[in-house]
Amino acid sequence: MRKLKLVMVGNGMAGVRTLEELLKIAPDMYEITVFGAEPHPNYNRILLSPVLAGEMTLQDIILNDHQWYADNNIELVLNNKIVKIDRKGRKVFAADGSEREYDRLLLATGSNPFILPVPGKDLPGVIAYRDVADTDEMIDAAAKHKHAVVVGAGLLGLEAANGLALRGMDVTVVHIGDWIMERQLDKPAADMLQKSLEKKGLKFLLPKFTAELIAGESGRVAAVKFKDGEQIPADLVVMAAGIRPNTTLAESAGIHCDRGISVNDTMQTYDPRIYAVGECANHRGIAYGLVAPLFEQAKVCANHLAMYGIGSYKGSVTSTKLKVTGIDVFSAGDFSGGEGTEDIVLNDPGAGVYKRVVLKNDKLVGAVMYGDTKDGAWYFQMLKDGQDVSEIRDHLLFGNSHLGDTGHKGNNLASSMPDSAEVCGCNGVCKGTIVKTIQEQGLFTLEDVRKHTKASSSCGSCTGLVEQILASTIGGAYQPADSHNKPVCGCTDRSHGEVRKAIRDNKLLSVQQAIDFLEWQTPNGCASCRPALNYYCISTWPHEATDDAQSRFINERAHANIQKDGTYSVVPRMWGGLTTPNELRAIADAAEKYKVPTVKVTGGQRIDLLGVKKEDLPLIWHDLGEAGMVSGHAYGKSIRTVKTCVGAEHCRFGTQLSMSLGVKLEKMLFGMYSPHKVKLAVSGCPRNCAEAGIKDVGIIGVDSGYEIHVAGNGGIKTDVAQFFTKAKTEEEVMEISGAFLQLYREEGYYLERTVHYVDRVGLDHVKKLVLDDAANRKALYERLLFALQDYEDPWKEHAQKPELRRAFEPLSV
Amino acid sequence: METTMTEVQTEWKRLCALDEIPMLGSRVVTGTPHGDIAVFRTSDNDVFAIHDKCPHKGGPLSQGIVHGRSVTCPLHSWKVRLEDGNVEAPDVGCTRSFAAKVENGTVFLQL
Repeated sequence: MRKLKLVMVGNGMAGVRTLEELLKIAPDMYEITVFGAEPHPNYNRILLSPVLAGEMTLQDIILNDHQWYADNNIELVLNNKIVKIDRKGRKVFAADGSEREYDRLLLATGSNPFILPVPGKDLPGVIAYRDVADTDEMIDAAAKHKHAVVVGAGLLGLEAANGLALRGMDVTVVHIGDWIMERQLDKPAADMLQKSLEKKGLKFLLPKFTAELIAGESGRVAAVKFKDGEQIPADLVVMAAGIRPNTTLAESAGIHCDRGISVNDTMQTYDPRIYAVGECANHRGIAYGLVAPLFEQAKVCANHLAMYGIGSYKGSVTSTKLKVTGIDVFSAGDFSGGEGTEDIVLNDPGAGVYKRVVLKNDKLVGAVMYGDTKDGAWYFQMLKDGQDVSEIRDHLLFGNSHLGDTGHKGNNLASSMPDSAEVCGCNGVCKGTIVKTIQEQGLFTLEDVRKHTKASSSCGSCTGLVEQILASTIGGAYQPADSHNKPVCGCTDRSHGEVRKAIRDNKLLSVQQAIDFLEWQTPNGCASCRPALNYYCISTWPHEATDDAQSRFINERAHANIQKDGTYSVVPRMWGGLTTPNELRAIADAAEKYKVPTVKVTGGQRIDLLGVKKEDLPLIWHDLGEAGMVSGHAYGKSIRTVKTCVGAEHCRFGTQLSMSLGVKLEKMLFGMYSPHKVKLAVSGCPRNCAEAGIKDVGIIGVDSGYEIHVAGNGGIKTDVAQFFTKAKTEEEVMEISGAFLQLYREEGYYLERTVHYVDRVGLDHVKKLVLDDAANRKALYERLLFALQDYEDPWKEHAQKPELRRAFEPLSV
Repeated sequence: METTMTEVQTEWKRLCALDEIPMLGSRVVTGTPHGDIAVFRTSDNDVFAIHDKCPHKGGPLSQGIVHGRSVTCPLHSWKVRLEDGNVEAPDVGCTRSFAAKVENGTVFLQL
């Protein structure tokens, strides 16, 4: 089949990202030609300000070099502008007279700087700030001249002014608004920002209206005159008063434009063969000037060009971050206030901190921050997700920042960390390495940073810090992943929620059925999605779905925990932390017989035999099984342990029988697989020796019954369990705990702990379904018991079935 | 003549029946002159053999999850290509690969 011809007009970030997305999903569909007016291959336009500031070079910010175009068989025509489109003949004409035919045309013409229509605007020394040529001219001017005037105190203007000041110029910023960055900041934040920029040597005139640019003797601009008659010297005038979508070409071809090239939700223009993405496009009345939305558009456009037809663009919520070293300012959403909105404000001018969040109908709609922006990513996430914040309103301003408690030496503010400071304690990655990699590799997402630097890719405790570093390095281009609709993995565009629903609605009974039905883009998924799909199938359709061993992580396949040297650990279950001399003797015998190098008491009140060879696993299980012991599932996304204190059985303070209740709960939950590991604890009195406050379900005995706490976590980030309800009898405790865990099993996303699940759906939702609705509670509880009935201990199963043992035996030639 | 020598040194050796390796799974071959070798079976019933050692930190690749023509190491999730032992970008590295084939339902290794 003949390849279709795709011509792209414009060689900027949005357009080239569209091609990258297209090549990923349909590498052979098109013969591609790209026309670029600039002489450079695609570079990272948002990093022009570090280039101006002398922190980076042009070479550092190239995103796709010439080799990339060659490797992908893309014809790249630089220094050449398309001047005419013949829509009937499906041809484009370039300035040098050459022409190309197209089947699909992609307009990515970007935007033009808005030049104030004042006398003198065409004088030498008057420039816009848009591309490499402008940047070079500013660097050149800074070396030869003294006075610079920047017209416009938006993001771009301030970054230009900062760069010029760093290069030694005397810089005045002129602005028509009452305060700087008035579209991104409110007045208190803007005033604080202005003060700190003034400390760096910038001068501000506002509100001030430019009337005329006056030439000097050499013919170059020499002064700026204002409407109030005042005049200041200027050897360089930078126009940064906004941008206008570049629609000239589209308009001349009769394509509908209205403050941008009008596009629909699949990024098609009035002529469906012609697409537009990026700053030139107007989608539902908005032409975006930040990078993050452009990338979302690129993905949808590529999807449609590849004739998949399932992607659609619904618009973006954007955030802003100023890239001026040493200054921290962040804003997102709508903070103009207005009817029905409420403000929560923290204002501490002495410490240089200002935070304001705007709420409407219990949801976050806007946020402005100055001085301490570490929670910017968190606010932005909640804003995008439309999360109900009524429950956390009292501590909303004090933040959360996705930050774990350990591994980053207590640092919680990335901007105050030196480049040499360790951010990721698991993989030993420093701040400087992360910044350098983001810049050199042209990274935009947390996932990219994890892949390339390994930071935040193990325990995730430093994720908040890495997000801050990403946000401050790439500024407004940072877009946190939409946590609710995040695709499961690279094999699909579908989210965990969609996948769970499809498995339920269509009774999908195996991993392969789910992969086929949901049109996975890989033949058999990957190591991320297969375990998730397997869990969703077996938890949704117990006793009916096929449990696919090859879709389980090795620990659940080998029923033991793999260690760094490839040996395994064996943990026999000790119900409620109780054991007997007979069991201990069997453990001691097994440890000696199989030469176990390390025997350790675990945090979950049992004994760990570490360093067992894989081929010995079935043998040691058999020996322990003879003494009546079963698998402790210390390796699984499953019930781990029920930790107990001594309780009223022995303790002089005990009010309830915590040990026997712990044993009952653990026996009830034996063999329960769940989205992530599940730990319980039962304490016999409020002294809480079993540490029930940091467990997924924690029971605390009191004189009148039991308190039930849920969604605690003692790991990466300590989260104290929330009080759920009180119960009178052991039976009630079992039913409520079981129902809560079954709801989590049915609604949780794979690898989501109970604390994250409850954060996502809200404790009210859980209370409604488990506490308020008694019939539903009973139904949940019964579904849990049904799923767990006839569960066979995997140790025993392996002892009885030789075909299962085969996987543990090595082969030889 | 040299060619003949090489052929003698790397002859095909019978390993096991194809059915003894689970689909999308693997088995370990011990006691070879090259150390442990992991033998994988893909969903298309192709068989591949590579050194059972991840180039990252020596993880046993035979214990990983097999998908497409790659395996994900169980220790730190590096992805290794079964055909040539190369690690998928952005990680860099390579583990040794060995020729493997299936004939009449029997798996052979060239060592």
